[in-house]
Amino acid sequence: MIPLSHYLVLGAILFGISVVGIFLNRKNVVILLMSIELLLLAVNMNFVAFSRYLDDTAGQVFVFFILTVAAAEAAIGLAILIVLFRARRTINVEELDSLKG
Amino acid sequence: MTFVQFCFYLFSAILVFAAGMVVTIRNPVKSALFLVLAFFSAACIWITLEAEFLAIVLVLVYVGAVMVLFLFVVMMLDIDLAVMRAGFTRYLPVGSVIAVLLILEIALVMVSGFGSDSYQAPGAHPADYSNSKELGRLIYTVYVYPFEIAAVILLVAIVAAIALTMRRRPDSKYINPSEQIKVRREDRLRIVKMKSNPRAGAKAADGESS
Repeated sequence: MIPLSHYLVLGAILFGISVVGIFLNRKNVVILLMSIELLLLAVNMNFVAFSRYLDDTAGQVFVFFILTVAAAEAAIGLAILIVLFRARRTINVEELDSLKG
Repeated sequence: MTFVQFCFYLFSAILVFAAGMVVTIRNPVKSALFLVLAFFSAACIWITLEAEFLAIVLVLVYVGAVMVLFLFVVMMLDIDLAVMRAGFTRYLPVGSVIAVLLILEIALVMVSGFGSDSYQAPGAHPADYSNSKELGRLIYTVYVYPFEIAAVILLVAIVAAIALTMRRRPDSKYINPSEQIKVRREDRLRIVKMKSNPRAGAKAADGESS
């Protein structure tokens, strides 16, 4: 049987990769959103693993709610992205500084 | 090595590879497709954890809906890739050092704290155990109030997404039906009473042409 720590390390690796993704693609909002999705996937992986090894289904219910909120976040984020692109013709984060004082 | 272990390591390798490609590949469309691969492998790993319902939900909701939305948006936007990639190689060394440190630190804690000696592998569920049934029982009894809130969050997301992106096009030929049926005859038709006034010689011209 696979020990619990292997699942947790897998989650940690996913988390690290997505943090680097946010770091590297700091100009492209689409890749930033994708990295956030990966980050949530890493968290969900930990939840499901703990839910199995502690034999408590509440962890899976929590993953269910995280998936719901992540889907809502992705939908609104992409809608904002489209409005932004219509107004400014760019999604480069560094050019979106109209609120800068 | 059992079959479950083999599946776990295989899908873990695919998952890590796909996640790495998501953040490093140049083309955002390919990046979204690799994210689909990552979600799919994650669903397979969740099946080894006996969370079948969530694995199916991940494939249906994420791969089927959210990633299609991502692909839609990526293909709709005209992104200048050269500008977007500027500074990528400059941040790569620092970023990878931070990632390796982060992963090593978490792994150190996880392996020492949650190794196989402290958390024993659970026994298999009985044959008539249903993961979806168990989840459904919890959601509709214990977690029914959070479940309703989740539904409201989804509704708000729908309304917000439509309200943000909808716009009236100026060249649209849309007609308001209630305005249309309220129209009266007097608004459209004007009857002008005129007295007929035959010109002199009109009769002769008429006869000529016929």
